Formats: sequence, structure tokens, C-alpha cells
Amino acid sequence: MTLAARFTRPARAQGNRPPARPASARSSDVIIVGGGLQGLSSAVHLARRGVSVRLLEAEYCGRHSSGVNAGGVRTLGRHVAEIPLSLAARDRIWHHMEEFAGHDGGFVPSGQLQVCETDADVAAAKARIAELEALGYTHETWADQATVRELVPSMSHHVLGGIWVKDDGYAYPYHVVTAFRASAERAGAEILEQQRVTRLWHEAGVWHVQTQRGTYEAPIVINTAGAWAGELAEQVGDPVPLLADGLMLMVTQRVAPFVEPVLGAMGRPLSFKQYANGTVVIGGSLRCEADPVGRHAIVDMATMRNSAITVTDLFPHLRNMQVVRAWAGVEGFLPDQIPVIGPSVASPGVFHAFGFSAHGFELSPIIGEIMADLVEHGESRLPIHPFRVNRFTQQENT
Amino acid sequence: MNPQASTSPLSYDVVIIGAGPAGMAAAHRAARHQLNVLLLDEQPEVGGQIYRSINSTDPQREAILGPDYRHGHALAAQVAEHVAAGRLTYWPNTAVWQVDTDKTLHVLRDNRPVTVQAQAIIVASGAMERPFPVPGWTLPGVMTAGAGQILLKSASLVPSEPVVLAGCGPLLYLLAVQYLRAGVKIRAILDTTAGTDWKLAWRHGRGLLKGWRYAHKGLSMLREIKNAEVPFYRGIEDLRLEGTDALERVRFSADGRQHSLDAKLCLLHQGVVPNTQITWSLRAEHEWDTDQLCWVPTLTEWCELSVPGIYVAGDGASIGGALVAALQGDLAALGVLRQLNPTGHAGLSQEAATLRAEIASHLAIRPFLNRQYRPRDAFRIPEDDVLVCRCEEVTAGSIREQVALGCTGPNQTKSFSRCGMGPCQGRMCGLTVTEVIAQASGQSPQDVGYYRIRPPIKALTLGQLAQIDP
Amino acid sequence: MVANALFVRLPAQRGSDASPPTVSVFLNDTPLALPADTSLAAGLLAAGVTRFRNATVSGAARAPYCMMGVCFECLVEIDGVPSQQACLVRPREGMRIRTMDTLPGMVFPEGGEVRRATRSANGDTP
Repeated sequence: MTLAARFTRPARAQGNRPPARPASARSSDVIIVGGGLQGLSSAVHLARRGVSVRLLEAEYCGRHSSGVNAGGVRTLGRHVAEIPLSLAARDRIWHHMEEFAGHDGGFVPSGQLQVCETDADVAAAKARIAELEALGYTHETWADQATVRELVPSMSHHVLGGIWVKDDGYAYPYHVVTAFRASAERAGAEILEQQRVTRLWHEAGVWHVQTQRGTYEAPIVINTAGAWAGELAEQVGDPVPLLADGLMLMVTQRVAPFVEPVLGAMGRPLSFKQYANGTVVIGGSLRCEADPVGRHAIVDMATMRNSAITVTDLFPHLRNMQVVRAWAGVEGFLPDQIPVIGPSVASPGVFHAFGFSAHGFELSPIIGEIMADLVEHGESRLPIHPFRVNRFTQQENT
Repeated sequence: MNPQASTSPLSYDVVIIGAGPAGMAAAHRAARHQLNVLLLDEQPEVGGQIYRSINSTDPQREAILGPDYRHGHALAAQVAEHVAAGRLTYWPNTAVWQVDTDKTLHVLRDNRPVTVQAQAIIVASGAMERPFPVPGWTLPGVMTAGAGQILLKSASLVPSEPVVLAGCGPLLYLLAVQYLRAGVKIRAILDTTAGTDWKLAWRHGRGLLKGWRYAHKGLSMLREIKNAEVPFYRGIEDLRLEGTDALERVRFSADGRQHSLDAKLCLLHQGVVPNTQITWSLRAEHEWDTDQLCWVPTLTEWCELSVPGIYVAGDGASIGGALVAALQGDLAALGVLRQLNPTGHAGLSQEAATLRAEIASHLAIRPFLNRQYRPRDAFRIPEDDVLVCRCEEVTAGSIREQVALGCTGPNQTKSFSRCGMGPCQGRMCGLTVTEVIAQASGQSPQDVGYYRIRPPIKALTLGQLAQIDP
Repeated sequence: MVANALFVRLPAQRGSDASPPTVSVFLNDTPLALPADTSLAAGLLAAGVTRFRNATVSGAARAPYCMMGVCFECLVEIDGVPSQQACLVRPREGMRIRTMDTLPGMVFPEGGEVRRATRSANGDTP
């Protein structure tokens, strides 16, 4: 079966409810703004519950962070508040992605290893593991030097050990986007591309959402507009200090297979993985200039020099491998580096999920469930209080 | 022109990318006006492709190549003189891997990374062969007519056995004539166009008359080929290149009959198109030229891109040939002079106007040539089973399937199937992908757009990247 | 003329050098003499090489197509560095060239053990 054909196979039947169609050309139960993975995930979960969904995407689905990220499916190294969401996403959905979305999105449970190169790194790693254990989390384990050499025989011997999570892995972002989109449409969601939302307002009991092609109505709006979600949040009365910034990645030519787990480093920024096709994707908090109005980020490869140094320190044999492409995307960052997830405080009927600060990919399958629970039941079964939208302002102290 | 301290990048008034006719002419103008100018090229010698190996050629090759090639000598001599006098810095074996809109350039010079800062940049990186996606076009033994010419010019190499030439356009006939002069046996010429359409020629009559020198040259080449009694098939269809590990035979249909020719070497050509990697990487404006069937950067009358301070001259701007390229290089350099010193240089406007008029007169024949040698749809937009992306081996059919899945542009098909992600970074497939998607989705090529081109324009190793000065 | 070579040199002209200066290189460990003043790709073609690499997905044989640095078909490994465009490089004395039969090889220098790639371009183990 061709690559493309694999995406059109239907997933196993989800639940008993028949899919709902949008009520009319202009109105639906829910409008989702933003066709990245958070929005698409929300569309899948909601549509499967019989809710009529219309998703409005400014360019094409997965154009920005969701389609061009490093593909890490990572519970390792998460902010403590994200851990329950991250574990749920991984164990309930990522490991069953084919069942969930009709296609596995290229998910490989390769494990993730965060390497320690110095004694200080080792101390920090062990402290982290202890901290998590005290909170009841055992997914991060210590891998000593001998274990690391077994896990990654090709890596430089100066590595002293690392934090190892065996059930983490990686996937192909654009395949996940395509699978989610196909699933959402099969469940009855309507996905409209090239429709940039400029304004929304509440009138006569419904939200009116305007694009350059017209205005749509729904009682519920979900704001998953990524790096542009801050503007919408502001419009509904939830100002947040969201920064739209650029993140760069680079990829090598195809190289003979030499590493299985996804790698990070305790002491310096690194995200490093080798795909089944042999290419190696290298990232690690490589920030660059973004033009949010122009909706693009500008690659400055020269600043990726430090990543190249880190990689060749860990794998000297890679120094002759070519970087064939670098790219950058526009991402939304929040000051505390965790997202906003939850209902609007100022505007009933609006729900937010944005500001994933470069680590939203792995969470996305569960974010849609959280959004669907909020819409359907008014509460989430996973703890989302740390992600409340008003945590940045004085109001929450009153 | 001494390099500055190693912690700050080398700095020039103008950096010229490409030492073909446009680059050499621009360098000559800039050096004469005492600008601090750097001319760089990834080849070891000046000349670009059209004047390849001009400094190391010999009388035998010149006789084969014909009188147009010799125009390169004057340009090359000017460059050599400026270099010897210290008025021009010339870096051969230098590949550009990133150009920023603030006119910083990152290059690999003899495989070492170097950063250069410019006040202005002239992109003169020329043209490349239009892709020719037919079944079997990736077999060893299938090459371009341009490759044949490069082997002749740079290495005095000619086909060892009877060669098949397939495609259309003046360069194909020129190569045929050059091979005949060199004593090479041509197995056949398979012309994918229907031959001279005189009704068409009449419609472009005025252009034809103004460009009579070009027209005359074209006709005399065809006469030379006819006199040599080379088997010449017109309006061929269904071209298939077959073989196991290398080319063994060429199949095609002509005049309603199937033909099969045993051949180990087939040279393809259906025109040249601007090499737009650098201009796309700058996010400059481009438009789809419906006559030339390719992307051309949008330029002001001073050859400036929509990115200030960066100019394009020569076939990289739009296909015009070597003489036009030299004139445009001169004009772009005038544009740079004007940028760097807006009030100086009396007479600059007048000189520029003269150049533009000369360029226009040389370009008069282009509409006729574009019509006459328009590559047929079937050879630009292939059947499902034909490879479009050579590097990642993606077929036209796969692209069409992805369009049906909802991929409406080349960047989506790239993300989905790796089409365009190989080492050539879309040079060999970009035009084809744009047109396949346009046809499959009912959009215009202009609306479909092109790949988002990112650095590195030429690959560099992790080791080289690690060496960049912070 | 070398058997299998697709290209041959023009007959030398009276008064000019009968044959160009050459350098000795190694192709897949076999010694070879190539002209010093022309590209490696041109020299290899004239020496009868018809396969420079295997395509990375199907493993099919590939050889130069454009000769001007645009097609990236002429990629070879030179002195241990893979994926060099042979049409942009001139041969040097002692150069060690390998055709890219597999994905670029791995060499693990640490601990004294040296290993090459064990998987071929199309994913099979030999």
C-alpha cells in the first residue's frame, strides 16, 4: 500500500455516537481556531462525541510548530505540572496511535536518554529522579555508564550516565498532523484552511468569529492558535504575555544507523534523533528571529554552531556528515515555559490551549481530550490548574 | 583589501556570486569604479557554464565550440587584469551556503567556513537545465546536453559511441553541431517539438527580424545537421529510457510508429531555467513566467530584488543568453554604484538606459524562441510511474495521491513524502512538482508556489559548522 | 580508450600535449590514473566508471547527470568524507575515492574498535 493510501484507512470505530455534521454553513456547536495538533486533536475528540466542529486554519494544517518540530514523544524532563498529562498522552494514545488515528504517525518507542557529561550533570540528574520519586513518578530512571554504553554503543565514552525513559520515543510530525486531520474529518469535523481569524466577539448568546471569507458562529470557541493565540486571548479578555519566537532545527543526510534512543543532554541544550530513514534531526532550544505578522521564522544557520559542537563531542564520527537542511518555525512561548490550558476567565464559552513553548507535540493527543471534557462536562479529568490563563496577572490573587 | 581581524567578518562593498558572463561583467564595472569587490564561484576557474574553461581551452576545442565561445576571452582577461592589479578579489572553489537579507554571506572556501559582509550582493549564479522527467531518466548513461558541453569544454571529452540527443531548443542543436565538428557519431536526434512552425514565426515576425542574427544562427545549425544526414525525428512522444544498471536502449514513437534504438548514452535537453535557490532562500518575490514556464525573480529596472541591496544578473534573472548576461551584469553593477553613492557618478542613468535598450534588442527573439521550443506538457508533467524527485525517488503518481489527501502545495508534499528533501534540495524536482500539483489541484503554478528554500544552499558538514566563528 | 567508458578524449592536436598530466588516486582501493586538470567526475567517466553511488531508497545505480553541481548524482566519498560532488573537485595525488554503495559508513574510533556500516542503501544487511 502506498504511503498516501495508508492514511485513508478508517480507524476502528470510536464509541457509539454517530458523527455530527455542522449545523449549517455558518454555525456549529464549536469553532476551533488554529489547525495545528492542539486544534486537530480537539477536533478529533469533540467530533467523536457527536459535537459539530468547524476548524478555521489561517494557512494549512500543521504549517507551523506542529508540522516542523523535532518529533520527540517525550515524558522525560517535563515540568512537574505536565507530567500527568504527558504520561496519559503517551500511555493511552501514543502507544495506540494506529488504533486512535488510523495511522501510527511513524511513532517509534525508541526510548529517550538525557546524557550526563560531568559530575555536576550526574548530581542534577539524580536529584531530579529523587524529586520525581517523592511525587510518585517512576518513569525517569538512572542509567549508569555501563547501561548507557549498552544503549548507545556509538556514543563518546566521556558520557557518565543519564536519565532514561524507555517508553518514550519519536514520530513524524507531518504524518501525525495528516492522520489527525483525516480522523477529524472522518468523524464529521469541517476543516477550513486559508481562513485567518481576525476578530471574535460575543453577541446574542453566540460567539462570532470572523475571517477574510466571512463570519462563523458557535456558542463555544477553542483557541488553539499557537503563536498567534495571544491576540485572540486578549480579544476575549484574557491577556497573557505570549512571545512568538523562532525555533530552528537541522537535519543531516541519510547516515547508516548508529543510535536508537532519542538523546538530550543534561548540561547543554540538545535534541537529537536518528529516524529509520537514516537522517539525523538536531535541535535544542535553537532560537532565531521570527516575524509573526509575516508568519515565518528566519533561519540563521551560523548560530547552530553550538549544536554542531555538542553533536560532534558526543559522536565524533559525525563530523564528516553533511547538514542538508535547516528550518525554523514560529512557536508561542510563555514566561514559565508551560502552556495555557483551560477555560477563559473573562469569557464563558471560550477555552484555551496554547503557549506550549516548544514541547507541545507529545501532549497534543491528550489536549484534545481535555478540551472535549471541558466542553462536555465543564471539567477535566487531568489536573490543569497550573495552566490557568490568569496566572500571570494580579487578578488571581484577589 | 586586507582581511580584517578574524573575529569580525571580512567586509566588501559588493560581493558577486558567480563568475560567468554576468558576474565577470559586473566585476569589471565594479573594479573600474574602485569598489571593494569580491567575486566568488564554486568552480576552480572563471567562465560559468557557457564560457567553461575559457582560460584553459585550446585551438582544437575552440574550433569545435564555435565563435560565440570566444566572447568569453575578453571578459576573463578583464577579470585577470583586475586581480593582478589588486582591484578585485577572486575566490574560486567557494560555495555559498547562506545569504542573509542583511547581506551577510556564509561560504565554504576550499572547504573551510568563512563569513563575509557586503553592502550589496549581485547574484549571478546562472541557469540550469530544465528537469526532463521521463521513464528511466535516472539511469547511468542518461545525462543532459549541458553535461555533454561541459565535458567537451572542460575535459575535451566526447561520446565514445553513437549518442542519442533528445529534447528541443537551440542548445541541443548547438551540441549536435559541435559533436559533428568533433567527428562524433550521432545515433539520432529526437526532437520533442514539431519543427519550425512558420505561422508562429510570422506572428512573432518583428521579434524575429530584430533578432535576425539569432534566427540565422539557428537555421544554419539545422542546415549543418541536415547536411550530415543525422537521423532526425520530429514531434516524438512516449520517450522511454531503458536498461538495468545503465542505459541500454531508447524507445519512442514518431510518425505513428514505435522506435527502439540501442544506445548507452542519451543526452537530454529541453531548455534552461534560472537557478533560483539563492533568491528563494532570501524570500524574495518571484513570479511564474507563463512563457518561459519557470520562476523568475521580480526585479527593478536596476536588477534589484524585492530584498534591498541584492541584485540578480544573467540567466539567473531570466533566460537571455550570454551576451544579455554580460549586459545585465554591467547594469546590476551600475545599480550597486547608484546604491552606494546616490549622488555621484554623473551619466550613470544615461549609461543604464543605453544598456537596457541593448538588452531589449537582444531579447527581441525570446518570445519566438519560447514559443518555438516550448517544452511539451507531457515532458514537464509526467505520468504516474515516472520519478519526479530523483534524490528521494518520489513519483508523479505519489505527488498526485498526496494532493488527493489534501496537500495543496510543494511544502506539504515535501513534509509528507520527503520529495525535495534530498541533497539537491529541490533543484531537480521543484518545477515539476509545482506543475504536477497545479494540474492535479486545478490551481495556477503561481498560486501553488515553490518550495520554501532554506539554508544551507550547499551542504556543509557538522564539523565545518562547528568551526564557524561565533 | 577504456572499455565501457562513455566518453573519450578528443584526438590530440599536433603541437599540443599528447596527453594531460595525471595523478594517481584510488577508487575503492584500486589504483587509477586520472587527469589532474579536469573534474573528478569527468575523469571517472572517462575511466569507465558508470556507477558512482546507489540511490538511497531503491539502491539503483546512479551516475553524473548535469556535471555542474546541481543534480547531486555524482556523490562519492573522498578521503573518508562522504557525499562530495565529484564534478566540483579535481583529483589530487593519493586521493582515496569510494563509490557510495551504502549509507555513509560509521567509524567508531573509541576503544580501538573500527566498524563500517553494515546496512546497505536499501536497508538490507549484506
